[in-house]
Amino acid sequence: MDSNSSAYWSATLGLLTKILIVWFLVSFGAGILFAPVLNTIHLGGYPLGFWFAQQGSIYCFIALILYYAHAMNQLDRKFDVHEE
Amino acid sequence: MDLQTTTYLFVGASFALYIGIAIWARAGSTSEFYAAGGNVHPLANGMATAADWMSAASFISMAGLISNMGYGGGLFLMGWTGGYVLLAMLLAPYLRKFGKFTVPQFIGDRFYSKTASTVAVACLLTASLTYIIGQMTGVGVAFSRFLGVTNEMGIYIGMAIVFAYAVFGGMKGITYTQVAQYCVLIAAYLVPAIFISLHLTGNPIPQLGLGSNLVGQDVSLLSKLDQVVTELGFGKYTTSVPANSTLNMFVYTMSLMIGTAGLPHVIMRFFTVPTVKDARTSAGWALIFIALLYTTAPAVAAMAKMNLIGTVNAGALTNADAFAPESALVYEDRPAWMKRWETTGLLKFEDKNGDGRIQYYNDKSKDEAFNAKAEAAGWKGSELNVNADIIVLANPEIALLPDWVIALVAAGGLAAALSTAAGLLMAISSAVSHDLIKNVFNPGISDKNELLSGKISMAVAIVIAGYLGLNPPGFAAGTVALAFGIAASSLFPAIMMGIFSKKMNKEGAIAGMLAGLFITLFYVFAHKGLFFIKGTDFVDMIGGPNSFFGITPEAFGAIGALVNFAVAFAVDKVTAPPPDHIQHMVESVRVPRGSTVVTGAH
Repeated sequence: MDSNSSAYWSATLGLLTKILIVWFLVSFGAGILFAPVLNTIHLGGYPLGFWFAQQGSIYCFIALILYYAHAMNQLDRKFDVHEE
Repeated sequence: MDLQTTTYLFVGASFALYIGIAIWARAGSTSEFYAAGGNVHPLANGMATAADWMSAASFISMAGLISNMGYGGGLFLMGWTGGYVLLAMLLAPYLRKFGKFTVPQFIGDRFYSKTASTVAVACLLTASLTYIIGQMTGVGVAFSRFLGVTNEMGIYIGMAIVFAYAVFGGMKGITYTQVAQYCVLIAAYLVPAIFISLHLTGNPIPQLGLGSNLVGQDVSLLSKLDQVVTELGFGKYTTSVPANSTLNMFVYTMSLMIGTAGLPHVIMRFFTVPTVKDARTSAGWALIFIALLYTTAPAVAAMAKMNLIGTVNAGALTNADAFAPESALVYEDRPAWMKRWETTGLLKFEDKNGDGRIQYYNDKSKDEAFNAKAEAAGWKGSELNVNADIIVLANPEIALLPDWVIALVAAGGLAAALSTAAGLLMAISSAVSHDLIKNVFNPGISDKNELLSGKISMAVAIVIAGYLGLNPPGFAAGTVALAFGIAASSLFPAIMMGIFSKKMNKEGAIAGMLAGLFITLFYVFAHKGLFFIKGTDFVDMIGGPNSFFGITPEAFGAIGALVNFAVAFAVDKVTAPPPDHIQHMVESVRVPRGSTVVTGAH
């Protein structure tokens, strides 16, 4: 693997790690593990932990995929490995 | 126009649309048959993926499950959407770059082994066939309730429709009918939800309605629901955890996520877009279209629960005494929708205390004070049995919506079941014709004959699926969980290691897949019987039900995946590394440049 490809790959892995941490925090964190604590806070008529489990985590997932697609396209260009 | 005629009109029009699209989008080559020619727009592919993914289970059953489980139902919502983040980042773009038709082909090429691809074919066939049984029974239920034909007749009609567009259109026909089916099913899901949300909370957006106050009251829908269900002895709606185990909910959610990402009929949809960049965007579109239904489902669930309890125990809803005899609904005065659903057997009333009224409550409550009150009121057990499947289908009737909404829901339920069945049939037929016939038995087969064998294997798969739908093995309910377990424990880890570990060799991958598959099947069979045959369960041998840290068999896929990874890396350590050209292949899969249109060539 030449140095450019391996730099591209480690940049990719860095991005994936960041996104997976957020992915974990909004679903397994806010939706399950910390849900009882968050339920003491209310978002409109929603207890916050319940909201994350049944609504919020899904919105975050969409944002994560869109951010991923955007950030990867930039990485592709930066390392000049994008499709012509 | 009466309800029956309206329903025929809606369902008939939707079927005519699917057939019309199928005639327009016939597949003439293997590339069109397997990958829709590789030029589907990412947005269209997102819509098709959403319809492909959202099955009879999502459309018909999920809101009912959430309605029964409350907060804990969130595991389905998070599990079945969170998997798309994994799919979008870890698998889809790389498999698109790899540029072949099927998942087993990737596993076979990457692990330079026909054994590996054959193991993958076996996993794929088991997962897809078990999954398709649920779709066929869903078609039967929807037809028998809404079109007044028998269950069997319903399945025959469903088979004929799928045959018409899947066999002739292949992936191309399926893609564009799925786009149409998505539009039908999402309209059918949203319209009643909007009506009901408006009626209960005054807010037309169900996602906001669920967090709003009830019309004319100074109390939020969710806290009112909490109060009403606890009054009837159920766990609090917004906090109840299934099986009382947070760990189980955690592992269950993880299993559904990994399983979602590993289901071949979803993965192969990403082979149809022109570029790697499009594969990434397309996953985003898919999740947006899926989320439209998945964020509405919890609102439907909570509101249906409210309406149901309000119907059978008006006292609980109006703050009057829920235990007073006159609070419960008199059976003879029950609304028309209850009578209609009683004939299907999905709604059952049994007058246990002989008072002619319907007492609906949690008769398994562990709360002594509640049990004492129920006994004092002369309640002798809950008298109403509501199958989770009817919550969505009967919802418009419960909320007294006009006939055309009920007809639309019928068309939507059929669209959901048919679109998923078609996607699964595509996965099955490509595995058989491409991975078994072409790669193993007859490598010299011509393009034309491969296309023909693809169509024949799809026709055979439809007949098998129809047969299983007509004679559902007693275990139909457990099989969908098994499909996720297999995808999570065998396919997902193998594909992921194939991309992210350059050094993973064939010995490791094969051992890992078999170990993950075996341990998952072992745990499921221990609870449910060998191949789900009653009486062959051996749960006592493993120390009683859910003996592995309280994990239920449905939730076990993630543990199977862990075993898969562990075994694969252990075996990889002690065997020879993969040849150089394979390591170069992995490197080239990791960068987008040089992607070509998907072909089957080697």
